[in-house]
Amino acid sequence: MKKANVYVTLRESVIDPQGTAAINVLHAKGHDNVKDVRIGKYIELTIDDTGQDLDTAVREMCEKLFVNTNVEDYRYEVLEVEEA
Amino acid sequence: MKFAVIQFPGASCDLDLYHAVTDVLGEKAEYVPHHETDLSAYDAILLPGGASYGDAVRAGALARTAPVMEGIIGAAKDGKPVLGVGNGFQVLTEAGLLPGAFLKNRDQKFICRTVKIQVVNNRTMFTNEYTEGEDLEIPIAHGEGNFYCDEETYSRLKENNQIVFVYSDGNPNGSVGDIAGLVSEKGNVLGMMPHPERAAESILGSEDGLNVFKSIVKEWRESHANQA
Repeated sequence: MKKANVYVTLRESVIDPQGTAAINVLHAKGHDNVKDVRIGKYIELTIDDTGQDLDTAVREMCEKLFVNTNVEDYRYEVLEVEEA
Repeated sequence: MKFAVIQFPGASCDLDLYHAVTDVLGEKAEYVPHHETDLSAYDAILLPGGASYGDAVRAGALARTAPVMEGIIGAAKDGKPVLGVGNGFQVLTEAGLLPGAFLKNRDQKFICRTVKIQVVNNRTMFTNEYTEGEDLEIPIAHGEGNFYCDEETYSRLKENNQIVFVYSDGNPNGSVGDIAGLVSEKGNVLGMMPHPERAAESILGSEDGLNVFKSIVKEWRESHANQA
């Protein structure tokens, strides 16, 4: 079994309305050293390891479903996991 | 003239669109389920608001993978009028029929109230019954109506007169350029966040949205005058 962990965030050029709201609160609470907050999504995919090229498959799943590349960036890691 | 009202699971404004087209305007309409692929029997396609597929992943992200998108993309290519309202607009951007994408509203809240919008371009098949600069009162109801596109896309939209409606009395959601509605480059696909079907009868508080549907019918009658 393999596990792909996908991290989706808004692109740098896009204002993150949730991040903006959160940083205002953090500053009000005295966390003045926080310079930026980007709030995103974390997706875990558990995948049967059939020896196929997982990079291509994960990228396709991201770009066709999980990520809107107009506004979002993503990165992922593929890990080996023990059979449950 | 026959309208298709697309039904995605979770969409909720399909009945309102159907009512506006049939009971108010006296035209024909049929509900078309998400698994249909052939839309050749219809003259215009309407994508309703609501929360298709519960807005899972992103608003409109799953709807764009539905079989009916094939028919919708075909209709758009054939030059038929395609109108997406609210979630329908989000689906059209996800499917690439309109540029840009949607972010959460600037103030994080779902907003449901009547807003003022202005008709920026009345030379479209969706706005020919309006006058340019006309102010309309039409309700919005969305949590992710904050339209975003990059600067290059925004300049192109302006240059091509693709921006059709802008918010004219304060921007409720933070959209780029106060955009409330825009058409495709060819002009036959309109997406708008305000709900014209909810402002199509005086009993609803406003009739300002009715001309969107009247415009579609007028354009269609004119272009089909010889065949009638």
